[in-house]
Amino acid sequence: MSATVLAGHPRVALAGNPNAGKTSIFNRLTGSSQKVGNYPGVTVERHSGTLKLPGGGRCEVFDIPGTYSLSARSAEEQIACQAILGLPPYEAPELVVVVIDATQLLRNLYLTLQILEAGARVVIALNMVDLVASGGARIDHERLAQELGVPVVPVSGLRGEGISELASAIEASLAGAVPASAPVRWVATDELEADIAAVRDGLPTSWGDTDGSRGRALALWSLLSIDPDDELLAIPDALRELVGERRDLATSAGREIEAEVIQARYDWIDAHGAPLLSLPTEARRTLTDRLDAVLLHPLVGFALFLFVMGLVFQSLFSWADPMIGGIEALFGLVGEQAAATLPEGIFRDFVTEGLIAGVGGVVVFLPQILLLFLFIGLMEDSGYMARVAFLMDRVMRALGLHGRAFVPMLSGYACAIPAIMATRTMERRRDRMITMMVVPFMSCSARLPVYTLIIAALFDPNATVLGFVPVPSLLMIAMYLFSTAVALIAAGVLGRTLFKGPSVPLILELPPYRVPQLGSVIRMMWSRGSLFLREAGGVILVCTIALWMLLSFPNSEQISADFEARRATAEAELTGSELDAQLSTLAAAESGAQLQHSYGARLGHAIEPVIEPLGYDWKMGVGLIGAFAAREVFVSTMGVVYGVGGDVDEESSSLRDKLRDERYPDGRRVYTPLVGLSLMVFFALACQCMSTLAAVYRETKSWGWTVFLFAYMTGLAWIASFAVYQGGRMLGFE
Amino acid sequence: MTRLSDLSAGATASLVEVGGERSFRRRLMELGLLPGTSLRLVRRVDVGDLLELEVRGCHLSLRRSDARLVLVDGERSS
Repeated sequence: MSATVLAGHPRVALAGNPNAGKTSIFNRLTGSSQKVGNYPGVTVERHSGTLKLPGGGRCEVFDIPGTYSLSARSAEEQIACQAILGLPPYEAPELVVVVIDATQLLRNLYLTLQILEAGARVVIALNMVDLVASGGARIDHERLAQELGVPVVPVSGLRGEGISELASAIEASLAGAVPASAPVRWVATDELEADIAAVRDGLPTSWGDTDGSRGRALALWSLLSIDPDDELLAIPDALRELVGERRDLATSAGREIEAEVIQARYDWIDAHGAPLLSLPTEARRTLTDRLDAVLLHPLVGFALFLFVMGLVFQSLFSWADPMIGGIEALFGLVGEQAAATLPEGIFRDFVTEGLIAGVGGVVVFLPQILLLFLFIGLMEDSGYMARVAFLMDRVMRALGLHGRAFVPMLSGYACAIPAIMATRTMERRRDRMITMMVVPFMSCSARLPVYTLIIAALFDPNATVLGFVPVPSLLMIAMYLFSTAVALIAAGVLGRTLFKGPSVPLILELPPYRVPQLGSVIRMMWSRGSLFLREAGGVILVCTIALWMLLSFPNSEQISADFEARRATAEAELTGSELDAQLSTLAAAESGAQLQHSYGARLGHAIEPVIEPLGYDWKMGVGLIGAFAAREVFVSTMGVVYGVGGDVDEESSSLRDKLRDERYPDGRRVYTPLVGLSLMVFFALACQCMSTLAAVYRETKSWGWTVFLFAYMTGLAWIASFAVYQGGRMLGFE
Repeated sequence: MTRLSDLSAGATASLVEVGGERSFRRRLMELGLLPGTSLRLVRRVDVGDLLELEVRGCHLSLRRSDARLVLVDGERSS
């Protein structure tokens, strides 16, 4: 993280309410120097960057997750207090810039008061003043500065106004002294003072200085945050007990500590903040109200929502296709070039089939990731995303999911990788985890070629149900419905078991609509894309190479020599196109023979006892191993296994014929419709995609959850395929 | 006295009491929903089962089920 790079430079924290415009101010202050990391221990992003001060100095600016209050219930909310007050593992910043949304001044002042009470050095960035002004209202920022006792700089993050003044104020404030103690803005009752004093004495020594304003702020934070069912981290039991005692004491005296504290703060805000607002007419709000009347309309709004979601889906499913095709063609070309330049041999195969194919396999995800984040960025920036959560809350809540989980779930039909990355639009870890654990069930586009091959090879294309519904289409639709149903059921089960948590009230803000800033959307697309390349790309590349090695080694000299001889015979006996045909047949047969000799094939044999009850033989086992690179690789792996070459696709009749004609030694067909069904169910449920696992690891930073995802999906796949195959046999199908 | 969830759209009311779990009460109070606070129900969104409120010039929305825990003095919707 850049903290080390910038050692010695002052650290400036950027805090504020959600939607206060922190991001745009952060971007304006730090320009292109940003880095994205994680707050340790929690998957909450920490953006940091360098601010060049007007006087030539530099400081590190980092953001605090947006919050309405420092009080916390969860580990994620706890970060704000920890990072501002410098509780372990964080260091306190030298200065806190509080970004205030001027259009929501009074609510924003609550967090501001808390930060001021802690005795921090503060500069206020009064954001969106332009919007207040356009509504005909005015905020007396000079009086606000007097009331708060800290510099207040009017800014517009979107237009970039007031940013240099903000930088100057930061510089001046950093040069000045830290306030000895924060002025007392509200007077606590004697009873409350006693509570504060008692808790302050019980604060752990690891929390550092507990004198003065800081100790008082920490005591108040503890009194408001600590609760028997909170999910806070690193709260000593002694402190928990102490807070519990004081609260019980207060309750028995008919007092409520949090109400006293919060009421006192709002009394101050109403008395000192409210008069600073000249009558707000809120032009922007009325435009927003008019838009909301349409966009949140039970019928029209819902129809528009479906239209937008359809657009997102369409873009991932088909618009990304030409770009994906282009990338594949490009890497194919590079591979051919490399094959033409490098001498024949194992190194050439490694470069073309392992390395170049591996890198291509990573880059190929970029179009969908970038497109999805383009849409998410536009929806977030315009304010529509908050409405999506609003519209979908009832449906998604019934399934144990967050309203915002709708976008990742839908994206999962195209590809799980961008969908998993999109889970971070949800604030709570629980919501992100459940969504991540079920998104890979959604029927992604990589399953399509597999379904197409199996359905075309094993089911009569002319068969119909009820005389007019064609069986192949019915099967395809059934697979989509099946995967969706499984994902939703899994979400329900996970939400009630592993990720059981108290249902947290949904408090959403519906921010006013605004025109999205293309610059910030593009910046986010870039940061997501590069994050994927850096953190998931490596894993995917290594796995691709490992799989290639598994399916290529050891190379049998015997088989090579054998095919060399057969080639020589062919060259002697045949000429022209007949010779070419024979040579390519031989090449396909040779790679098939080599594959059957490889470690991958041995692994296929080794897992045969496990997959036999599902109706599969070892060759399908090899296909399943190959599918781990990506599900559609199953098709080309089967092409190699059956000696028809690796460039087959799901439409090629040679592979279909091979599958249909494949027999066990006793003459039974290997691929029956029942085996096909079992295989499709397996592909629907099993987590056979290492890229998905890499993305989940990247988001959770936990091998435990990554392994869990693989194990539970694949376990479920085995059980379901077993039930289909054995159940089907019992019912007399084959 | 009536529940916040029963207010009609556009109605104004004065908050009496926030019920429910401690963390829920704390959260609502910190957003400015304190006894005596006047508020306005901006809109009811039936698709999402949510309510949008205006409190101290700020907008926020709550689930109807959560809003049932908030008691107000105001006009009940018919």
